[in-house]
Amino acid sequence: MSAGMPVRRHWLPIGLEAERRLDTPRWLPLATLGVGLLVALLISGALLAIIGADPLLVLRHILIASFGSLGVLSDTLVKATPLMFTGLACAVAFRMRLWNIGAEGQLFLGAWGASAVVLVPMLPAGVSPFIVVPVMLVCGILAGALWGGIAGWLKARFGVNEIITTLMLNYIAIQWVRFWVFGPWSEGGFQLSRQFPREAWLPRLTDFASVVRDFAGLTVHLGLVIAIVCAVLVWFWLSRTRTGYEIRLIGDNPRAAHYAGIDIGRTVILVMLVSGGLAGLAGMTEVSGSVHRLQDGFSPGYGFTGVIIAYLARFNPFGVIVASIAFGGLILAGREIQPAGIPSMIQGIVLFCVISSDVLLRYRLRVVRR
Amino acid sequence: MTPVVASEGEPSTPGPGTSDPALATLAVAMTGIVKRFPGLVANDQVDFDLRPGEVHALLGENGAGKSTLMNILAGIYRPDAGEIRVHGQPFEATSPRDAIAAGIGMIHQHFTLVPSLTVTENVLLGLDEPRFRLRLQEYGERIAALGERAGLRVDPEARVWQLSVGEQQRVEILKMLYRGARILVMDEPTAVLAPQETQELFRTLRTMTASGGSIVFISHKLDEVLAIADRITVLRKGRVTAAGIPAAGRTRPELARLMVGRDVLETIDKPPVTPGAVVLEMRDVRARNDRELPALHGVSLEVRGGEILGIAGVAGNGQTELAEVITGLRHCTGSIRVNGTEVAGRPPRASIAQGVAHVPEDRHGTGSAPNLSLTDNLVMKSYRSEPIARGWLLDRLAARRQARDLTTAYEVSAPSVDTEARLLSGGNLQRLIFAREIATGPSLMVAVQPSRGLDVGAVATVHRLLLERRTAGAAVLLISEDLDEILAISDRVAVIYEGRIRGITDSAAADIETLGLLMTGDAIDGSDAGAADA
Repeated sequence: MSAGMPVRRHWLPIGLEAERRLDTPRWLPLATLGVGLLVALLISGALLAIIGADPLLVLRHILIASFGSLGVLSDTLVKATPLMFTGLACAVAFRMRLWNIGAEGQLFLGAWGASAVVLVPMLPAGVSPFIVVPVMLVCGILAGALWGGIAGWLKARFGVNEIITTLMLNYIAIQWVRFWVFGPWSEGGFQLSRQFPREAWLPRLTDFASVVRDFAGLTVHLGLVIAIVCAVLVWFWLSRTRTGYEIRLIGDNPRAAHYAGIDIGRTVILVMLVSGGLAGLAGMTEVSGSVHRLQDGFSPGYGFTGVIIAYLARFNPFGVIVASIAFGGLILAGREIQPAGIPSMIQGIVLFCVISSDVLLRYRLRVVRR
Repeated sequence: MTPVVASEGEPSTPGPGTSDPALATLAVAMTGIVKRFPGLVANDQVDFDLRPGEVHALLGENGAGKSTLMNILAGIYRPDAGEIRVHGQPFEATSPRDAIAAGIGMIHQHFTLVPSLTVTENVLLGLDEPRFRLRLQEYGERIAALGERAGLRVDPEARVWQLSVGEQQRVEILKMLYRGARILVMDEPTAVLAPQETQELFRTLRTMTASGGSIVFISHKLDEVLAIADRITVLRKGRVTAAGIPAAGRTRPELARLMVGRDVLETIDKPPVTPGAVVLEMRDVRARNDRELPALHGVSLEVRGGEILGIAGVAGNGQTELAEVITGLRHCTGSIRVNGTEVAGRPPRASIAQGVAHVPEDRHGTGSAPNLSLTDNLVMKSYRSEPIARGWLLDRLAARRQARDLTTAYEVSAPSVDTEARLLSGGNLQRLIFAREIATGPSLMVAVQPSRGLDVGAVATVHRLLLERRTAGAAVLLISEDLDEILAISDRVAVIYEGRIRGITDSAAADIETLGLLMTGDAIDGSDAGAADA
């Protein structure tokens, strides 16, 4: 006998004990999401109380400022639209455990590609919007896909870490756009292009105010519909097609996928093309639907928020839609409450809590008496 | 049904086992241990005791609760009910650290060594001493001296990756002894060893018990249990079916009945099959392992249809690489022809297209996607073709139908075909993999360690399935570390040692001693090995 019995001291008569879960009931992911959001709300409330605000009042204010009327709801949806695309872009890649954090750069390049149609110009003036908008859509998708595809090819061919390449490609894309809006496409020396002609605008609800009077002033545009269609397509692709099956298999166990005869490199490139294309659509719809010109810094980090959205949605395309609307509201309310600080802090807390709540999926917690 | 009642194990201890003085003489006394996991009771009122200086075998099928019981003793799990006493003192461990402080060390099936560190560094890892400066020389000598006393000879300065599996196991034991363990729990220690290494391990265990140490030997190999154990406790479905019965005089069928609860047919029905055309032909195949070191040095062999070629060998001699080059998972040079078509250096799909089925060594890491459903796991090889594939779409109903048919036919027991694969037991997962691979109608089946870690019943199923493939005219390459298994079902036997094939013989004419020597690199006769290479 080399040592005595272990003596344990406990500060509390009861304690928490974690044990690995063997099974995951269907309701559990949603329940843990709820727990995460609740804890996030409590922490945010506590912080607001500490700085002297009434948490309930702030919450009420946020809700009114973002969902209180048709007008602000429309604004919320406008903010949510690019987030849906970037969220989908990230979700598609993350499903395969491909960490594309370059949605921001792909968004910028998509916006650039779409703008080029108008600003080069690639089409003669006065062409019908039924031609201009589709061409812009295609160019936006292609430019974004190219940007994602570069990182995908490097990963497939040389095994270069996609986190690094996509991150670095962000800076290149942002500076690339900056070059064009400062230089060739600058309007009067300002860092923005001239406004697009009306035929290059995505139709907005307010454009139909002559038909339905209540639509007046509602700036929500066709991009929202395209985003929802994309969510359905992505869901269908991932769950109902052969390629979607391959993506899920690679995401869960790349060794098993290789063993099943799947060409992983090819799939990596394909997924990065699709992911980049979706992020490119975010840029296209933003410049064509909302900003109506290409300008420096037109995205306040939609691409990075897409990472958060994808996580909140647990990589589910429909979850992305819901999370994007919630975040769109938070962005909008942010301007209402305080230009910076609290709203982005709440965003951070929400993400932190939701991701931490994942531990409940894998472990069962029990209260034990000491 | 049970011939031995629990209390019969006691007569050799002086006095009744319940009074305190008697308990104090026991190294470990576990009484009424209950451990529940969601949906099952892993240990149901289990009693277990260990006397000083004995080897006590814990016998049972997979999932019988052997490892759970010992994980409780080693502080990894906490029991829901029950009492543990160690040397008469109440014992409640909340971590492996507590257990080792009480002198209990567990050696798991998968080693917990750092390959790039030396033996000394591995032994010292995680300890408070030495504090800042490592003084490896001085500690290395201490460790070597300890090893000498315990009959565990290893070079303290060797790096772990350079050691054979048997030597690595010695390092694990040494680690525990260095930490003061007097009670050693060994979880299926012989699964990775060659026959000679097993004999050496047994000698070591005897040395330890002679000096007062106690050993719990977890196993489901009946021969080994009968060879090493002083007493045996048998678990079945979480309950004790024989408590500490003396090992002397027990027979294999008796123990098998206690384990399985019914008579187990140990005879293998192997109908004569006339070998057909050559299906697999390898010529001078060379490949490297994951560390870019040469792993196969010019392997040449042939397997015919309706024939099982068994490849015997100690782990890490190129078996994994051999299977991977045939199935296209690993790059190689040389020629590999399946049904006359060259597949060497081609992607896995080329082999799959030639009808190569693969039961991989690592069921969880390679053979399945743990978080996907049984359906998704069952269509891994068939999702490209009708009826599962409809063009580029996947017919989920057809996939589920196939999954239901296969789970029924191969007795994969699971709540539904939507269950995640990681929830399957080892035997069920292996049946799933066999179901999937056989469903492709293979002309060549490469099975690597197909029965490792499976219980008696599941092993019998695996052997039956392999023999059925042989009868169906497929070529079977069986790579296994279990010599008995290879001799039982193969038509011909080859030994792989350091990436070379040595001595292919008819299994009827094979001699276990000779094969054992070939497996450990001791060629008895140079011409023998030479003939095999030619």
